[in-house]
Amino acid sequence: MKTVKIDARGMHYTPLNQKIRAAVADGAEEIILDNILGQRFIGDGLRGNVRIIVNGVPGGDLGMFMSGPTCIVHGNAEHAPGNTMDKGMLVIHGSAGDAVAHSMRGGKVFIKNNIGYRGGIHMKQYDVEARPILVVGGTAHSFLGEYMAGGLVLVLGIGKDKAMTDRGIGSGIHGGEIILRGEVDDFLLGVGAKKFKFTESDLERIAPTIKNFCEQFGYDPAEFLDTNYTKIGPASSRPFASKYVWE
Amino acid sequence: MTLGSVPSKFKVSIDRDQCMDCGRCIENCSYGVYRREGDKILIESRKCTGCLRCVAMCPRDAITLTEKPIDYRSHPLWTREVREDIIKQARSGKIILSGMGNARDLPVVYDRLLLDACQVTNPSIDPLREPMELRTYIGKKPSKLNFRKTESGDVELETKLAPNLKLNTPIMIGHMSFGAISLNAQLSMAKAVTELGTYMGTGEGGLHRDLYPYQDHMVVQVASGRFGVNIDYLERGAAIEIKIGQGAKPGIGGHLPGEKVNEEVSRTRMIPVGSDAISPAPHHDIYSIEDLVQLIRSLKEATEWKKPVFVKIAAVHNVAPIAAGIARSSADAVVIDGFRGGTGAAPKVFRDNVGIPIEVAIASVDQKLREQGVRNEISIIASGGIRSSADLAKSIALGADAVNIGTAALVALGCRVCGNCYRNLCPWGIATQRPELVSRLDPERGAVQVSNLIKGWTYELSELMGAAGINSIESLRGNRDRLRGYMLDEEMLKILDVLPAGA
Amino acid sequence: MCGIIGFIDRTKSRMDGSSIKAALSLMNERGSGDGAGYAAYGIYPEYADYYALHVFFDDLGEPKKKVDELLQQSGEIVHQEEIPTTPQPGIKKVHIPWRYFFKPSEDLMSGKMASEKDVVTYLVMEVNSNVKGATIFSSGKNMGVFKASGWPEDVANFYRIEDYKGYIWLGHNRYPTNSPGWWGGAHPFNLLNWSVVHNGEITSYGTNQRYVEGYGYKCSLFTDTEVVAYLFDLLGRQHGLSYEMVVKALAPPFWDDIDRMPAKEAELNKAVRLTYGSALMNGPFAIVVGTENGIVGFTDRIKLRPLVVGENGNRLYISSEESAIRVLDPEVKKVYTPRAGEPIIGRFIE
Repeated sequence: MKTVKIDARGMHYTPLNQKIRAAVADGAEEIILDNILGQRFIGDGLRGNVRIIVNGVPGGDLGMFMSGPTCIVHGNAEHAPGNTMDKGMLVIHGSAGDAVAHSMRGGKVFIKNNIGYRGGIHMKQYDVEARPILVVGGTAHSFLGEYMAGGLVLVLGIGKDKAMTDRGIGSGIHGGEIILRGEVDDFLLGVGAKKFKFTESDLERIAPTIKNFCEQFGYDPAEFLDTNYTKIGPASSRPFASKYVWE
Repeated sequence: MTLGSVPSKFKVSIDRDQCMDCGRCIENCSYGVYRREGDKILIESRKCTGCLRCVAMCPRDAITLTEKPIDYRSHPLWTREVREDIIKQARSGKIILSGMGNARDLPVVYDRLLLDACQVTNPSIDPLREPMELRTYIGKKPSKLNFRKTESGDVELETKLAPNLKLNTPIMIGHMSFGAISLNAQLSMAKAVTELGTYMGTGEGGLHRDLYPYQDHMVVQVASGRFGVNIDYLERGAAIEIKIGQGAKPGIGGHLPGEKVNEEVSRTRMIPVGSDAISPAPHHDIYSIEDLVQLIRSLKEATEWKKPVFVKIAAVHNVAPIAAGIARSSADAVVIDGFRGGTGAAPKVFRDNVGIPIEVAIASVDQKLREQGVRNEISIIASGGIRSSADLAKSIALGADAVNIGTAALVALGCRVCGNCYRNLCPWGIATQRPELVSRLDPERGAVQVSNLIKGWTYELSELMGAAGINSIESLRGNRDRLRGYMLDEEMLKILDVLPAGA
Repeated sequence: MCGIIGFIDRTKSRMDGSSIKAALSLMNERGSGDGAGYAAYGIYPEYADYYALHVFFDDLGEPKKKVDELLQQSGEIVHQEEIPTTPQPGIKKVHIPWRYFFKPSEDLMSGKMASEKDVVTYLVMEVNSNVKGATIFSSGKNMGVFKASGWPEDVANFYRIEDYKGYIWLGHNRYPTNSPGWWGGAHPFNLLNWSVVHNGEITSYGTNQRYVEGYGYKCSLFTDTEVVAYLFDLLGRQHGLSYEMVVKALAPPFWDDIDRMPAKEAELNKAVRLTYGSALMNGPFAIVVGTENGIVGFTDRIKLRPLVVGENGNRLYISSEESAIRVLDPEVKKVYTPRAGEPIIGRFIE
């Protein structure tokens, strides 16, 4: 495997991304970024199948518009990793900030620990070919899956009594599904969100995602395949249609 | 229902002597005003929107349409409109949804600005026979140039220019999304701007694959819903526009009613068929000016700093300092959309009451940018109710680099400004996704009409400039000396920095 | 309609003002008797290190007190006097022309006012827009502008123009149209060592004015030509452009010409138009600018005003009419008409 190492100490994100692009163009299969500290937009708009290892704490919008690569972060991520991401995978061995997977269109974002507010906001989907997935090992704050139009948000609540204790889950959701481990209090549901029965076929459907997530972080998937989940989806595909009257 | 019905807005009648009973009115009216019973065409006036499709298609001029056939008791405060809105809301408890631009009868500043012309002391220029330069570059410009001497003694440019869009005429077509309008409407405009050497916006509904051949003349939009946004989309666009706000509905998000979300729209937007496409009010990755900077730079970074990035805002009270903040943000152009800007759907209370006129917004933004020494950092694109080449010339004289038109381009495609765009029933095939209606709009002919309009305005602009003794658009830009205010109050003249007529 | 003249002796050999007066008077058909003026460079060798500030005072009371105060706060006045004049029947003396020889204090030079020239520019703007009854109409070193309302010979006689000897002379015979025929509105317009005489009208004035005012200049003299002096100061001094490049910015090639140029040249010209679009001057004009290093003449891009050039050895003449040049130098060798927008530059020989 062709590996390229880049020492990013003190480097601005533009030259860093230029180096990454150059390495990809040069056929690199793995790029190791050492001493990352605050560089935004790593992998922004990047295509291909390269694997990027980030050692350190990257800045906001990690993997924004990314279309293909895998990016593994050994550290926490800041604001909006996976923003409008198209294809590929982000694996964060830590926690992340607000608006994780904002407007995500495809690919996977796996967060080992927790995420901030508005995770999975406005995630989209077209059929089965472009179906984004956000999995959070720990818990998430309010407005998880707000305006969600497609895709899957899965919160496992590892080490927590309850996967979710913050309000506004799925506020304005009109497509896709939010699956939370264990029970969820009704008052945490956002406007237009509704609980659905979590069925065996649902479990079957998400099982590969659970296994995939566990592989990344060395968890045993068995624990997550034999447990209760709550499924939340749109009460209507037009949650606000009844708000208006014609002129 | 104790409220009873409100009088119908229009009264439609057919001159039965003229009528040849061809039934085209029935075929053409998507709102169902006409129907045949036996050998008679019956009329249900209450369903009429005033789109005039039937009138336009009647081969015998047999149809008459009257607005407000029934009078209310006249009252200066409790107008008909006010009373009807109350009745509607008393009945429904809902927000009143409206289409097109601000429909209130407020004074139009453009109409109170007068252009100048030469007499004696300087010659008019004949634009058809002497050079007349309308070429406009949109993007960041250096505030000064540096040169270096080469070893051979030649002077060489040291300053590097940022990417700019080259416009052959300072008229672009603003963002109207696939979804809000039909693909044929977009295609018509795309063909026109490509032919003319100018640009149009995709709106926030993504870039349909049929528009790829025209992508070099398309500005792709990134709005809060991020519909259709991926790296491919960003790279296809000639420039990228971040939509923060819209003149017709400042401060709130977009709303494409589910009626218009068919299979194709669903695919480009990546939302379920039939669901409302909701663009949140804010971008949820922008809660502050530094977040805007971050989004701009993320777009530039993704496209390797090759594309200009525009930021579109609604003209709100504080527009000038906001624009100045944007000028410092790496953005290449600020698009200011005035309170008369059009829309496919907006709450009426917003459309008619929020924001300020584009004329004053241009004036105060240009002034603020100059005061802060950042005018060259950013181009100003003005939009929101530009109706004619005169409005265009006045916008530029106030300080805009170019304008975006919207409604005017749709009118060129047949739109009669009936304002029912949100119903997906547009009989002109413009604001609809219904295949049988969309097919009424032929993109080839539509392109000719839009192109004719822009050509006509461009000729007129050249004539206006020539008459003012100006042969290059740069010399009209911000040239408020060539404007005079007529019946504008002193404070307004001060803000516009324009002298009153006669001074 | 106006008549203009520019003259330079490139060896700095000086010429008195009598023939420039005669040449300008020959073009009286181009004027209306409402204004005339002269700029002469090299006239104050004894004060060559000092800024010669020529001021119109309405009276020597309050306005002068204010200017005195302002100058004393900002530097040293090494000498001051009323500019010597001789009453003329054709001239109503509405202002008292005064001159100061002034050096700005170094203490003031920091930030936005980093040089002597910045300080002098500031003082000119300050006096002209805020001191009622005072107008600084000339502020260069070893040069001066002399102007008033009247016919060229009357103005020349009034200021005893024959008594001055200069190696650059500009002259202007005015027919005012869009602005009042007041003394301050007569040409040349000056700032520092930039002096401008202009025939025509600048239709882009509003754009140019907004542009220079963004850089701290204030147009306060009610005449479009004023802005040209500021454009030259901004581009030529502050931005450090060569005279050729300044003219390229003010009267650039057409886009279709640029499109036909080789790539590098096209890029340079495009950069000039993009950067200095607000400085582009439109409308009919023929202009001669006096500078520290010589004179620059040019016309608008479609040649709406006349301009004739004459050369004779080290002497260069630019004028609205050839006849005026021949009054100055009956032996003039080469006489030609420059192309529209082409800079005609006469520099001193080092």
